[in-house]
Amino acid sequence: MPMYLNEDQTMLRDSAREFLKSEAPVSHMRKLRDENCKDGFRHALWKQFGEMGFTGILIGEDDGGLGLGHVEAGVVLEEIGRNLSPSPFLTTAIAGVAALNHGGQHLKDKFFPGILAGETVLALAIDEGAKHRPAHIATKAERSGNGFKLTGQKQFVIQGASADALIVAARTAGAPGETDGITLFAVEKDAANMSMDSARLVDSSMAAHVTLDGVEVDGDAVIGEVDNGWQVLSGLLRAGRAGSAAELVGVGAGAMDMTVDYLKQRKQFGRLIGEFQALQHRSAHVYSEMGIARAAVLKAQQLLDEGKDSAEVYVSVAKAKAGRTTNLAVREGVQMHGGIGMTDEYDIGFYMKRDRALNEFMGDANFHAGRVAEIFGY
Amino acid sequence: MSDLEQFRMEARAWLEENCPAEMREPVRGEDDVCWGGRNWTFKNEAQKLWLERCVAKGYTVPDWPQAYGGAGLTAAQAKILRQEMARINARPPLSSFGIWMLGPALLQFGTEEQKVHYLGQIARGEIRWCQGYSEPGSGSDLVSLQTFGEDKGDHWNVNGSKIWTSYADKCDWIFCLVRTDKTNKYQGISFLLFDMTTPGVSTKPIKLISGNSPFCETFFDNVVVPKDQIVGQLNRGWDVAKYLLGHEREMISGGGLGDGAPSLGAQMVASIGTNGLGQLDDGLLRAELAQFDVDALAFKAMAERFTDEMKSGKGHPAQPNMMKYAGTELNKRRHELVMAGNGSDALEWESEASKGGAKARNWLRTKANSIEGGTSEVMLNVIAKRILDLPGA
Ligand SMILES: Cc1cc2nc3c(=O)[nH]c(=O)nc-3n(C[C@H](O)[C@H](O)[C@H](O)COP(=O)(O)OP(=O)(O)OC[C@H]3O[C@@H](n4cnc5c(N)ncnc54)[C@H](O)[C@@H]3O)c2cc1C
Ligand SMILES: Cc1cc2nc3c(=O)[nH]c(=O)nc-3n(C[C@H](O)[C@H](O)[C@H](O)COP(=O)(O)OP(=O)(O)OC[C@H]3O[C@@H](n4cnc5c(N)ncnc54)[C@H](O)[C@@H]3O)c2cc1C
Repeated sequence: MPMYLNEDQTMLRDSAREFLKSEAPVSHMRKLRDENCKDGFRHALWKQFGEMGFTGILIGEDDGGLGLGHVEAGVVLEEIGRNLSPSPFLTTAIAGVAALNHGGQHLKDKFFPGILAGETVLALAIDEGAKHRPAHIATKAERSGNGFKLTGQKQFVIQGASADALIVAARTAGAPGETDGITLFAVEKDAANMSMDSARLVDSSMAAHVTLDGVEVDGDAVIGEVDNGWQVLSGLLRAGRAGSAAELVGVGAGAMDMTVDYLKQRKQFGRLIGEFQALQHRSAHVYSEMGIARAAVLKAQQLLDEGKDSAEVYVSVAKAKAGRTTNLAVREGVQMHGGIGMTDEYDIGFYMKRDRALNEFMGDANFHAGRVAEIFGY
Repeated sequence: MSDLEQFRMEARAWLEENCPAEMREPVRGEDDVCWGGRNWTFKNEAQKLWLERCVAKGYTVPDWPQAYGGAGLTAAQAKILRQEMARINARPPLSSFGIWMLGPALLQFGTEEQKVHYLGQIARGEIRWCQGYSEPGSGSDLVSLQTFGEDKGDHWNVNGSKIWTSYADKCDWIFCLVRTDKTNKYQGISFLLFDMTTPGVSTKPIKLISGNSPFCETFFDNVVVPKDQIVGQLNRGWDVAKYLLGHEREMISGGGLGDGAPSLGAQMVASIGTNGLGQLDDGLLRAELAQFDVDALAFKAMAERFTDEMKSGKGHPAQPNMMKYAGTELNKRRHELVMAGNGSDALEWESEASKGGAKARNWLRTKANSIEGGTSEVMLNVIAKRILDLPGA
């Protein structure tokens, strides 16, 4: 597979670009924030995602989806990143669907039609501490009647309070830190004994702390096999990490473009500041790193779509590289804007905030560099 | 089976049959590289055989047209051949400035006779070329060069000197930038080719910090260059020179890929040792190595993307500058880490255990990567100007 988008993928990119620029540009996000929107996204926009077909990218054709891959998912995510468009796309249509694709037909039948229509929202309840440690799951799922009883705490559950169902990782055996003994469940929002405490995050998105205090679910709620949830969780994480890396690249590219534009407008010392070599070299460095990050992300997506084992290491390479590079791009962006970059009125600060949240999502750059070391046995 | 799969099977079978076992070992140093040329002595029979077989097949320059000694492969076929060669660790049969730099420039700017003559020689490894660009007063500011060719009717009379001319004392011919009009800075340079044995050409080796002497000062004292040994038009050599630099930068950026091993950190387990968790027994160095591996694998993906985009005409023409910047800075970091990871063992300069100080010498040699072919600072200037379109750059 050549390392560039083919014709269909380019068409998809163009339509995603046009759609997001007109329907959900940065001003859209700013408006939601100013209104203190409790969902952190517009359900109407999610419906439009459905109409555009985006929500069906990872859903198989047999289930009414487009049966496309991670490259296509990334094409849309990069444009989402560039426009800072708030939506449940990454958690629901990418990570959530990747998990459900490992589940039984009854779960697909239950959730996919709503996702395809841009109605259903899924949220991911995995992390239990401030840092992403997916094997450190202490939330318990004990057998109870025909099903299970879930007890524990989750955090960083993006859009948890707006979701129709939560994908919960819980422990049916073993001890925190072990990959064996984890099971994934699809828990519906109105389940008894589940409570949520939502907080707005620095990037204006909404995330919940979830308390499971003996939540009863039946056996049908299990995604994949009992005790073997690590496999499902890994699929979910691969998709989510590659996807968030793609979104990060969009955020970084958006910040970079905005900054380079600014360097061509702002004058000081009687010259455009873009004439100063100190700024030129740093901009050129950011450009170079962004190109490399984008290539790493595309490689990871292609390997995922080809079902190659090396996808595992490349997904971590992609998340680490995109994380570090976009962080550089937004920091340089604010700095090169000078005082105006510090103002709420100007958009560059939003890029910095979104980068921070996406960097943390599903493992930051250090986490993934550590994973690369582990995979290579050092 | 698709045509490409068919090609892959054929290439694989051909390599299996024709690539000698000794040529499937990683290149460990300058010594293992086959440069060709009039005075070349093959390191062993395998090196000779491998070159001859590839020459016959057109595989020293697989994507050049067959008429000029290549195999006429398409971009997709050439990629497959590279992959298949990498799969069995096959060494390049021939490395040369002719293949990397002069060849592409001739393909673009040469006359038909020049292509048949010079490209054929390059493809067969008969003539080894050196590059006469830099002068003592003209490094980054190359266009200020002073070496002058006086028009003598049927020939130019060339006087001046070049510096940092890699392998000048071992090469057969030089491609050389010569001023042919003193009144016009950019449009006063011509791109000339001449034999290093022409009377008046002399070289003087310069020793590097690595202790080796791969490059020279080169002097021209009334050197006669016939008029048909010009590439492109009179006084328009700067266009050829710049085009060639793009290919040179692309080639140098390849150093960023290292020796093809997927992980540098994994190579440090023996020298650094591991702790109870099976992790390198130096937490901070481990973190640096992990970060490096991330960057190296990301760069590898970039290199693949770069080649695919360039071959299909999608890439930005100034992109080789970005690749050169990123690849050389990465390679310098790699060798800093090789030194740090191998500790005092890597300091040995002349022992047998250190293979004559290979690690230290390679480390020092890589410092030139971000200087030769245009410095990192110049690459950043070009990116700012030509890609980001920043003002006044
Ligand atoms: C939180 C905050 C509080 C402040 N408080 C005060 C205050 O109380 N009183 C007050 O008077 N001011 C105050 N300032 C203003 C502050 O001093 C200016 O923002 C600062 O001097 C930069 O000027 P600028 O914002 O116009 O940026 P610019 O000068 O437009 O700079 C934009 C970018 O170009 C770069 N640049 C500019 N010139 C060059 C050059 N020659 N070479 C290389 N790079 C260059 C800058 O480093 C920067 O990255 C405050 C600013 C902030 C953010
Ligand atoms: C190992 C090696 C092999 C080489 N082989 C060859 C060869 O075969 N043929 C050949 O012709 N040449 C060769 N060169 C020469 C090489 O191309 C030059 O060294 C290079 O172009 C830099 O020129 P310089 O050494 O004169 O440095 P200078 O141009 O003097 O640069 C000194 C410093 O100033 C910086 N600088 C210069 N201009 C700017 C600017 N505008 N903005 C910011 N910073 C700037 C540079 O980046 C550098 O850090 C070789 C060099 C080396 C090290």
